[in-house]
Amino acid sequence: MSLLNKHAIFEKNSILLCVGILITVAIGGLVEISPLFYLESTIEKVKGMRPYTPLELAGRNIYIREGCYNCHSQMVRPFRDEAERYGHYSLAAESMYDHPFQWGSKRTGPDLARVGGRYSDDWHVAHLVNPRSVVPESIMPGYPFLANKELKIDDMAGHLAANRGVGVPYTDEMIENAVLDAQVQTNPDADEVDAFMARYPKAQVRDFDGNPDKLTEMDAVVAYLQMLGTLVDFDLYAQDPALR
Amino acid sequence: MNSTLTANRHTGGAWTMGVLFALGAIVSLLWMAKAPSPEMGFHAFIFFAFFTLGCFALVKRQYDLAGAPAVPTADDDVGYMDGVIRAGAIASTFWGVVGFTVGLVIALQLAFPVLNFDLPWTNFGRLRPLHTSAVIFAFGGNILIMTSFHVVQRTCKARLAGGLAPWFVFWGYQLFIVLAATGYVLGITQGKEYAEPEWYVDLWLTIVWVVYLLVFLGTIWRRREPHIYVANWFYLAFILTIAMLHIVNNLSLPVSLAGAKSYSAFAGVQDALTQWWYGHNAVGFFLTAGFLAIMYYYIPKRAERPVYSYRLSIIHFWALIFLYIWAGPHHLHYTALPDWAQTLGMTFSIMLWMPSWGGMINGLMTLSGAWDKLRTDPVLRMLVTSVAFYGMSTFEGPVMSIKAVNGLSHYTDWTVGHVHSGALGWVGMVSFGALYCVVPILWNRERLYSLRLVGWHFWISTIGIVLYITSMWVSGILQGLMWRAYDTLGFLEYSFVETVEAMHPFYVIRALGGAVFVAGSLVMAYNLYRTMRGDLRDEAPFVGAPVRAPQQGAVAAGE
Amino acid sequence: MDYHTVSAFAQTWGLVFLVVMFLTAVAYALWPSNRGKFKKAAHMPLEED
Repeated sequence: MSLLNKHAIFEKNSILLCVGILITVAIGGLVEISPLFYLESTIEKVKGMRPYTPLELAGRNIYIREGCYNCHSQMVRPFRDEAERYGHYSLAAESMYDHPFQWGSKRTGPDLARVGGRYSDDWHVAHLVNPRSVVPESIMPGYPFLANKELKIDDMAGHLAANRGVGVPYTDEMIENAVLDAQVQTNPDADEVDAFMARYPKAQVRDFDGNPDKLTEMDAVVAYLQMLGTLVDFDLYAQDPALR
Repeated sequence: MNSTLTANRHTGGAWTMGVLFALGAIVSLLWMAKAPSPEMGFHAFIFFAFFTLGCFALVKRQYDLAGAPAVPTADDDVGYMDGVIRAGAIASTFWGVVGFTVGLVIALQLAFPVLNFDLPWTNFGRLRPLHTSAVIFAFGGNILIMTSFHVVQRTCKARLAGGLAPWFVFWGYQLFIVLAATGYVLGITQGKEYAEPEWYVDLWLTIVWVVYLLVFLGTIWRRREPHIYVANWFYLAFILTIAMLHIVNNLSLPVSLAGAKSYSAFAGVQDALTQWWYGHNAVGFFLTAGFLAIMYYYIPKRAERPVYSYRLSIIHFWALIFLYIWAGPHHLHYTALPDWAQTLGMTFSIMLWMPSWGGMINGLMTLSGAWDKLRTDPVLRMLVTSVAFYGMSTFEGPVMSIKAVNGLSHYTDWTVGHVHSGALGWVGMVSFGALYCVVPILWNRERLYSLRLVGWHFWISTIGIVLYITSMWVSGILQGLMWRAYDTLGFLEYSFVETVEAMHPFYVIRALGGAVFVAGSLVMAYNLYRTMRGDLRDEAPFVGAPVRAPQQGAVAAGE
Repeated sequence: MDYHTVSAFAQTWGLVFLVVMFLTAVAYALWPSNRGKFKKAAHMPLEED
C-alpha cells in the first residue's frame, strides 16, 4: 500500500516523472542496439570488402544528395524471387563501411545492392540523363546536370579523414593521395594506376562518363553504381559453409 | 539558457538573449566568409538574418516597454501567454498547406515523371524529404508546440515559464524548418530518412528543444494544482524521448566545421537499427504520444465531459511508452539485421496493439452519453474520426509487422498507404480539430467563422484519405505479388519495370486523393483566417445544435 | 560478461522487473482510494480557459 501511494509521486513530481519516462524508453534501445556492436554476425569481416575509393565515395555522396535512397533499396532479402532478380542476399558486412547505411525502405525502382557490372557505363549515362530513352516505362527523374557539373575533389582528403574518424580503415597513404586517386581512377593511362590498385583492390579504372576531358559528377555516380555488390566473391562464399 | 529562464520577468531575459543573438550574428558572419560552398554560405546567411532580426526585435521591444505606461498589458506578465500560441496556430496552418501541397507535387511526379523537370532542385529525391519534413516537423511540430503551450497553461493554471523563452522556441523552431527545407532543395542532407537535416541544423534543433523542455517543465513547476494532468505526461514523454532519439541518431562527424557534409557515427547494420529505432519512435512519440496528449485534452474539452477512464489513461501511458520503443526492428525484417532482433521487434509490435486500442477506446468512449454532439458539432466529429483512424492504423501496423505479411508489404506502396492512414487520418484530423478548438478561444471569438465549412472540410478530407489509402493498398499488394510471381516454366513472370507500369493508374488515383485533401486544408485555412478576423458567417446551425456553438469560456463581450 | 550472460539476465530478472513495474502501474491506477483523485483530475480540462 505504501509502495502504491509512493507511485503517486509521478503525478506530483515532474522530475521523477521525467526519470521514469527516460528509464522506460531507454531499456528497449539499449537491449536491442548495443549487442549489434559486439555480436559476431554483425561485426564479422568478409573477404573482399574494402573502403570506397575517393571517386566511389564522391559518387555515393551524390547518390545521397539526390535522395536516390527514397526510391531504391540496397538490401536483397533472402527470398527466391529476390535472389533471381537481384542476386545473393545482402550480408551485414557488405555495408560495414557505409556511413550512413543506404538500405532504403521503398522500391519505387529496383534494388541496387548488386547493380555493379550489370549494365554498361554508356547505359548508365544515357539512363541517368534521360531514363525514358532506355526504359520507356520508367518514372525516374532525369539527372542531365550530372554530366556537365565538374566533380569537386579538392576536399577529398577531408572526406576520407572524417570517415576514418568514424571507423573506416583509411590509411595515411590513402588520405594523402585522395585527390590524386580520384583523378587516376578515370585515367587508365596514368602512371599511378598500379599504386592506386594496390590501395583499392578490385577498383575499376576507366573514364566512366564518356567524356575524358572532364571529371564530372556523372563519372563519380557511375563509378559508384558499377562497384555496388562487386567486392564480395559469392562463389567463394557459397563454397565455404563456415563463412555462411 | 538557465539565465534566460530565471531572468527578471519584466525584461523576460531580453538582455541575455540579445547578447547571445549578437554573438550568433557575428559567428554566422564569420561562417559565411569561410563557407566552402555557396549552399553553405546561404545557410550561414539565414542564420545571420535570424540573429540580426532577433536583435532588432529585442531592441524594439525594450524601447516600446520603456515608453509604455507601467500598467501591464494583456500579453505582458499577467494571465496566460497566448501570443505565442496564436503564432503557432498561424504557422501550423501555413506549414500544413505547404507540406500537403509538396506531397501532391511528388505524388504527381510519380504518376507523370515529366514533372520532375530534370533539374536538381525539383527532382523527386530532393522534394520527398521536403514533403515528409514539412508535414511531420513543420506542420506536426508546430501543432504539438502550440497545443502543448495551450494545454500546459490551462491544466496547470499557470503562465508559461521563462519570459521570452517560449518565443525563442517558436522562432527557433521556424528557423530549423527553413534550414532543413532549403537544405534539401539545395542538396544538403544526411541521407537518413526523417532525419535528413545536417549536423549544424541538428545542433540548432537540440538547443531549441532543450529550451522547449525547460519552458514546459518550468510551467509545470509553477502549477497551482497538485496533480499533473495526463495530457502533460504524454507531452513530456514526447519532448524527452524525441530529444534522446534525435541526439543519438544524429551523432556524426563533420568533414569540416565550416562545411555542411558529415558522416554518420554508425555504419551499416548498426546505423540501420539506430535509424529505425529513431524512425519508428518518431512515429511513436512525435506522431502518437504528442497527438494523444491533444486527444486527452481537446476531446473532453469539446465534448464537455471528462475522459472516459482516467485510470485507463494511466495504464495507456506507461504501456504505450514502454512497448513502442522496442518495435523499431520491424522496419528491417529479412534484412541483414540478426533474427533475434527482428523477432523481438515483431513481438513488441503485436503487443503494442493492446495499449493503442485501449487509448482509442478511452478517446471514443469519452463521448458516451453525448453521441448526439457528433451530429451537431463537426469539430467533434473530426476529432472522433481521427481517433477511429488511429485505431485502424494501429491495427494495420501490428499486422504488417508480422514477418510473413511484411515479406509482401515491405518496399511497396502498402507501407506508404499505412503511413498516410495514420498521418492524414489520425495526425491530420486531430490537428485540424485542435486548430478549430484553439483559434476561436485564442482570438476571443464567439465561435468559428463557419461550422458548415468545417463540415465540408471533414467530408472533403475523408474522401481524400479514402482515395489515398485504398489506391495504395491495391498498388502495394499488387506490386508485392507481381514481384514474386512465377510463370508455368518457373521463371519470374514480370520484369521490374512491368510492375512499375502497373502502378500508374493507382498513382493517378492517389494524386487525386491528395489534391482533394489539399483542397480541404485550403477550406480550413480560409475558415480560420475569417475567424481570426472576427467574421461570423450567417448560416443555419446544424439540426439540434445550440444557438451558440460550444465555445466554452470564449469571452464574447469584447467583440 | 558476454552476450549470453546479458541475455540470460534480461530474460529472467529483466522480465520480472518489467512485469512488476507494469503490475504496479495497473494496481496504482485501479486502487480504490485513488478514485476521488482521478475523478478530480479528469475534470481539469473542463475548468475555465
